[in-house]
Amino acid sequence: MTAPAQLDKPVAEDETTPQHPWVAIVWNDPINLMSYVTHVLMELFGYPREKAEAMMLDVHNKGRAAVSSGTREKMEQDVTRLHAKGLWATVQQDS
Amino acid sequence: MRFTRKRTGIEARLNRVEAAMLSSMASDLLELLDDDVDAAEQDPLAALVGMPTGPVKRPSDPALVRLLPDAYTDDQDAADFRRYTESDLRAAKRATAAVMLASLGSVPAGGRVPLEPGQADAWLGCLNDLRLILGSRMEVSEETDLYPEPDDPKFQGLEIYGWLGRLQESLLAHMQAGAR
Repeated sequence: MTAPAQLDKPVAEDETTPQHPWVAIVWNDPINLMSYVTHVLMELFGYPREKAEAMMLDVHNKGRAAVSSGTREKMEQDVTRLHAKGLWATVQQDS
Repeated sequence: MRFTRKRTGIEARLNRVEAAMLSSMASDLLELLDDDVDAAEQDPLAALVGMPTGPVKRPSDPALVRLLPDAYTDDQDAADFRRYTESDLRAAKRATAAVMLASLGSVPAGGRVPLEPGQADAWLGCLNDLRLILGSRMEVSEETDLYPEPDDPKFQGLEIYGWLGRLQESLLAHMQAGAR
């Protein structure tokens, strides 16, 4: 199993990126199938299977995981797309 | 009921009872998505200027909350966001359920339903929404015994819940086999 790819890598070339970017958090829930969560992360974000699986396992084992980061507007879009697929997700500022 | 992979795509095969059961659950889902929209919460000024308006309150039904969750842990942020997005989310879920209902409508007595990729996607999402509702109603948690004794009051609900999960898992496996 590979570790999740960095979510908070510096993107200094993008002047609009705030110092503390916003993140989309997926929360563990007892209903969604692990295979389905992996599928959704691959489909919505284009992640390779290994990365999506690592994130899914993070959600499962740690209760939550950041699955995407960027501007607040972008994270709100991502969370809406996750909700449309039935995942339990929230927007928050990375600390 | 089972899914098979054809050269042309995925095919669902189901009998009359299975078709009726899925149709009934998808219809209930559509009704649930129309529920609990409090007209008094609509903002008339926002409506006047053409801004999207929706409810600012979280739905009172826990199963509906699971379909339309808060996007922020902070209540005020969640309410603000919900007001501008919830009606679109409800519409997206209604559209997904409508696709599954339409394909089931073509085989009222059961039979074979060919699924185009977009339809398979909608089936996958709708099966998930049905599991979210039923799972909420059955108060499924990590500790829940999913195979209770037949005299357990949740026996039948959990049987259907398990069946939906196996369908979703099988459909997903066929979709992924096709994508490789």
